[in-house]
Amino acid sequence: MSILRVRTLSVTRRARAVLRDVSFDVRPGEFVGLLGPNGAGKTSLMRAVLGLIPAEGHSSLAELTAVDRARVVAWMPQSREIAWPVPVERLVALGRLPHLPNRGRVPAKDQALVDTAITRMGLDAFRARAASRLSGGEQARALIARALAQDTPLLMADEPAAGLDPAHQISTMQVFADLAREGRSALVSLHDLSLAARHCTRLILLAEGGILADGPPAEVLTPELMARAFGISVWHKHTEQGPVFQPLEVLS
Amino acid sequence: MRSWLGIAFALIYSATSGFAGPSANGPSRVVSMNLCTDQLAMMLAGPGQLASVSYIARDRRASAMAQDAMAYPINHGRAEEIYLLKPDLVIAGTFSTRATTDMLRRFGVPVAVFEPAYSLNDISDRIAQMGAVLGQDAAATALIALFETEIANISGVAGRPRAALYAANGYTSGQHSLAGQILEAAGFANIAAELGYSHSGVLPLELLAMADPDVVIATRPYERPSRSEEILAHPVVSALSRHPDTGEMRDADWVCGTPHVLNAIQKLRHLHSDTTSPEEGSE
Amino acid sequence: MMRLMVVLSAAVLALFALSLTLGPAPVSAAESLAALFSDDYGPLTLVMREIRLPRSLLAILIGGGLGLAGAAMQGYLRNPLAEPGLIGVSSSAALGAVLAINTGVATGVALGLPIAALLGALIGVGLVLLLAGPQGGSITLILAGIAISAMAGALTSLVLNLSPNPFAANEIVFWMMGSLADRSMLHVYLVLPFVAVGAVILLRLGRGLDALTLGEDAAQTMGVNLRRLRLMLVFGTASVVGGATAVAGAIGFIGLVVPHILRPFVQGQPSRLLWASALGGAVMLQLADIAVRVILPARDLKLGVVTALVGAPLFLHLIYKTRKGQS
Repeated sequence: MSILRVRTLSVTRRARAVLRDVSFDVRPGEFVGLLGPNGAGKTSLMRAVLGLIPAEGHSSLAELTAVDRARVVAWMPQSREIAWPVPVERLVALGRLPHLPNRGRVPAKDQALVDTAITRMGLDAFRARAASRLSGGEQARALIARALAQDTPLLMADEPAAGLDPAHQISTMQVFADLAREGRSALVSLHDLSLAARHCTRLILLAEGGILADGPPAEVLTPELMARAFGISVWHKHTEQGPVFQPLEVLS
Repeated sequence: MRSWLGIAFALIYSATSGFAGPSANGPSRVVSMNLCTDQLAMMLAGPGQLASVSYIARDRRASAMAQDAMAYPINHGRAEEIYLLKPDLVIAGTFSTRATTDMLRRFGVPVAVFEPAYSLNDISDRIAQMGAVLGQDAAATALIALFETEIANISGVAGRPRAALYAANGYTSGQHSLAGQILEAAGFANIAAELGYSHSGVLPLELLAMADPDVVIATRPYERPSRSEEILAHPVVSALSRHPDTGEMRDADWVCGTPHVLNAIQKLRHLHSDTTSPEEGSE
Repeated sequence: MMRLMVVLSAAVLALFALSLTLGPAPVSAAESLAALFSDDYGPLTLVMREIRLPRSLLAILIGGGLGLAGAAMQGYLRNPLAEPGLIGVSSSAALGAVLAINTGVATGVALGLPIAALLGALIGVGLVLLLAGPQGGSITLILAGIAISAMAGALTSLVLNLSPNPFAANEIVFWMMGSLADRSMLHVYLVLPFVAVGAVILLRLGRGLDALTLGEDAAQTMGVNLRRLRLMLVFGTASVVGGATAVAGAIGFIGLVVPHILRPFVQGQPSRLLWASALGGAVMLQLADIAVRVILPARDLKLGVVTALVGAPLFLHLIYKTRKGQS
């Protein structure tokens, strides 16, 4: 039983075909990294899968109503928008919004989920701070915590690690990996191939208007595919400290 | 009661056709650009002497001589059109656009400027002034004599009902205004005096209500509504207007200092007797 | 939060009582309030019930509506500069009202005046959302607002100038600045349904506006139907602003100042800001209306003069802050 089912999805933006006939499934327990060069259509694919932009083909999420979808998937867009100086705790509690019948006090069960998400993202010290006045990296973590608090089987995030310091990049990837181990799923777009190599259970490589490769990291991060998709040479070894992946140089 | 209305019409008829002859030494081509000077000029000018009146003179709502004005070409008070009429005298009011009268003077056109009448006494002065500028002094003297006789004939009446004059934007008029004097001549006490208004000014609706006058005499609203006149339909004004016709009482006869004010006084006198008659006066 | 509500509500009631005791007639506060409830006071009862009571009620209704509309628009556009007055919604509503009055629709058709103002406001809001859009920045919003205000203002002047009624031409000031002088209970009954319906619609948008704090994409995936939200916002705002403008003219800056001042007290949360701004708007307009009566009682000073004197410097401050944020 897959949590997300995408079949022959095609996205056209401004009369230009971005993606053609993309099909894949995401199953419980998977941490799927979405890779691809700039402009390969990672963001477009995720937004089309969610039903936020028009697309041809099928996506199980896009076919849900807005209310039902909010109980299946949490989405963290790339633009880190926090319009108002809301305290971090309230910002994270917004994640409970789809589950609560109306406004008012957050029930204890929901408050517990909010607290867990805050602790998971290391934001306990920032609870009362205005989220819009935090640093970029802190804002990103607050927004991830918000998505976590939505407590959905599937979490989708667009470049969640961008702009984080190394420690928070690693701990963030660890959070997604932990979720997968708990039996949930994550679909996350990434630019950092070494993070993808170490933490994801599966990688989807987007290039040339479709899926170039889909499989475990070892099968996707091959020199041939990397050369074809990104035009770079790479060094990839399974070491005692786990898989290590290093892009080397641009191929001419 | 004598019918001033009929007398006033007779008076004006005789004034326009009877007194004035061709003027020997007066101007021969006169343009008036003010509603009130229009009316005085129409009463006193000799045949062919008055070349044009203002367009407002034909407006029944503002002009007591709208019908007479149909016989004259109209102007809109613009320097260019007036100059092209080649007048040898332009008559304007003090409220006429200064820029226009200045320009006409620069073009060498003589301009006579008339003050508005602020009292019944002013009316005779204005008639005399009009006679002088038109070279129709004899006609003016005759008209003044008739007008003053009629004014003197207004009899005293018993009882002074308290009345309020109320116009658009909440304007009221005190004793030093033409409307205030018309009101007094008809035998009413003006509440503006009680409230300390000697001239014209805004009377807050609240003070009007607290003064609780016996009658509110309002201006007739224009057909196209305006917010300024909306106040005349305010429930407070309606509640105070115990006589159904007082809302439209103040018409063109009240606007200018001419013998037509006699009509206004006469109509007010009817209202006066209604107000003080036993069955309604008990209120 | 509760405390803020209590404080604001108490202020609304206190100002309401104060407003009822203010007027050109020299009457004591106790006497005037007694006259409101008793028929024994003759003309004073008439003054209280037909002049002061409608004026005070309208200040609460209209101020509350404008504060609420401002908070809702800011929440939706995620821009603290969004305000019905500044972005031309009020002036479009005024154009609708002026057209209705001058064509006779206002007197000929029941509710013709507020409905015409509502239609005007609807076009105004629609144009702003179309031109500036939720993604548009402050600059596009302000430019769109200037264009719509200028256009609506010019057309209003044109209609008034073309009116055969000589008084109409002088009324542009009222429509641009707003006033509550000499309104009657009829006006209260005229605006009440429009402000009430609009307020109910806008107050229900809290959840969606909260979610929009995180942007459109995030809000949509949190179960918010954006299309419905936008429709509700447009109708709610048009109903409130249309109703208010039809009887009191375009009163600016309340929707800007009130949410801005109250935002810190509700921790920036748009849903709570809706309630708070409704109460705060009622407080501010009552204060402004008391000020115009106390400062220049004889001159019928327009409300917009007072609200702009308070609001314009704040607006400049906001622009300055926005500019600093961009650089």
